[in-house]
Amino acid sequence: MIWLDTLVQGILLGGLYALFAAGLSLVFGIMRLVNLAHGDLIILAAYLVLMGVTLLGLSPWIAALVAMPVMFALGWLLQAAVLNRVLGKDILPPLLVTFGLSVALQNGLLEVFSADSRRIPVGALEGASLDLGLVTVGIMPLMTFASAIVMIIALNGLFYHTALGRAFRATSDDAVTAGLMGIEPKRIFAIATGIAMVVVTLAALYLGMRANFDPSIGPARLIYAFEAVIIGGLGSLWGTLAGGIIIGVAQTFGAVLNPEWQILAGHIAFLAVMLLKPRGLFPRAVD
Amino acid sequence: MLETRDLTANYGQFRALFGVDITVAAGECVAIIGANGAGKSTLMRSITGVIGNEPGMVLHRGEPIGALSSAEIMKRGITMVPEGRRLFPSLTVEENLLVGGQARKVPGPWSLDTVYDLFPILRERRKSPSTALSGGQQQMVAIGRALMSNPELLLCDEISLGLAPVVIRDIYAALPRIRAGGAAIVLVEQDIGKALAVADRVYCMMEGRVMLVAKAAEVTREEIHSAYFGVAA
Repeated sequence: MIWLDTLVQGILLGGLYALFAAGLSLVFGIMRLVNLAHGDLIILAAYLVLMGVTLLGLSPWIAALVAMPVMFALGWLLQAAVLNRVLGKDILPPLLVTFGLSVALQNGLLEVFSADSRRIPVGALEGASLDLGLVTVGIMPLMTFASAIVMIIALNGLFYHTALGRAFRATSDDAVTAGLMGIEPKRIFAIATGIAMVVVTLAALYLGMRANFDPSIGPARLIYAFEAVIIGGLGSLWGTLAGGIIIGVAQTFGAVLNPEWQILAGHIAFLAVMLLKPRGLFPRAVD
Repeated sequence: MLETRDLTANYGQFRALFGVDITVAAGECVAIIGANGAGKSTLMRSITGVIGNEPGMVLHRGEPIGALSSAEIMKRGITMVPEGRRLFPSLTVEENLLVGGQARKVPGPWSLDTVYDLFPILRERRKSPSTALSGGQQQMVAIGRALMSNPELLLCDEISLGLAPVVIRDIYAALPRIRAGGAAIVLVEQDIGKALAVADRVYCMMEGRVMLVAKAAEVTREEIHSAYFGVAA
């Protein structure tokens, strides 16, 4: 039964990685921008939620709801004031800018919150579990996974059934022609990054409730997110979930074999998928 | 309604337009003809803000719009059917049409229904990916997409390029109905005969300059020949 249990835990862990990755996937899909500060922005959002809990006495869920519009505004501002200026044919300037932002964020967080590792307190929910007969699953991992599914359904709904979503996809296809259709690509990019930061806040909530975090752990979250996006195939959110699940399952099985192999196994799974399917499991028809 | 004044445009060191003056009156159909490289498409890209200009080089209703963004110019009612159609490949036919109308919502003759009436084949193909259509059908989508914003001025850049004669005939047959809806039309064409048959006035360009302005009904073959090739007939 340990194998089944490990599989289920891995799948549920994949939900967390999908949450990490969805914002990255969204931004990359629309503006071909790899945001190297994505992991650090998750950590920033986790501290925001933590402040809501400790300073304002809110429950983590309410604190996350409060943090979401703040993060949306931050993402909008970041895109409008900084990233829009460096987006262009050359992919290097935005990479350098977001790398710089990553370093600045880590050091800023270190300055304000110190290097102590913190956790968002959730009370009894933290250790609660559900006995499903064959396996026992934690309530928190289950909620993480369910949130990932709901978020993907919501984002897909936005993408495929709203005027804003059409504008996202049109701009992603061809920004110049989108401009000729009255769509301001830079405004669309700012909204997209804002939405990505709302997703980031949701990821941060679960990250902070499930494990300790400190200002230095952002880049590793970026790596997991990046691998999930690449495994899934660029531009497919369900693919991103699949990518997250593959990394999660590889990590839990790696950990069963030898605790030191947990992280390594995830990366090996990523490399294996790249060898077999260089474009990812669910690539878009047009790229 | 639309006017360019001493419009110049450069691609880096290369000057593509040398002081172009054109006017388009409300409801008028103007043809711009000329050989490859004459600057016709550059002129379209300048008017629609794809290439930035001095503000006063392009006027709409007397107001300078030369420095506005493509999106701002489009919202004023100047919409382009771009060369090569440029449909959005990840959108369906119907989504391509809807994108055309979502940024500028003004009352007018054009809606999904009337565009489908203009090009009935698109109604049957409305759920198809735009990439699955034939070239002619794609051109219909591109025209329909532009019409969805109920433009005052429709700029058509080489709408017959690369299409079979029978398809071109169908597309040109739609132009009178588009004019009847009130839109002025600028037709950029290499097919002189097609352009003259529907236009009120014609501008002939060569090497970035306007060589000839004439009423389409009065211009002679010799005049066109001379302006088109830059030689005395």
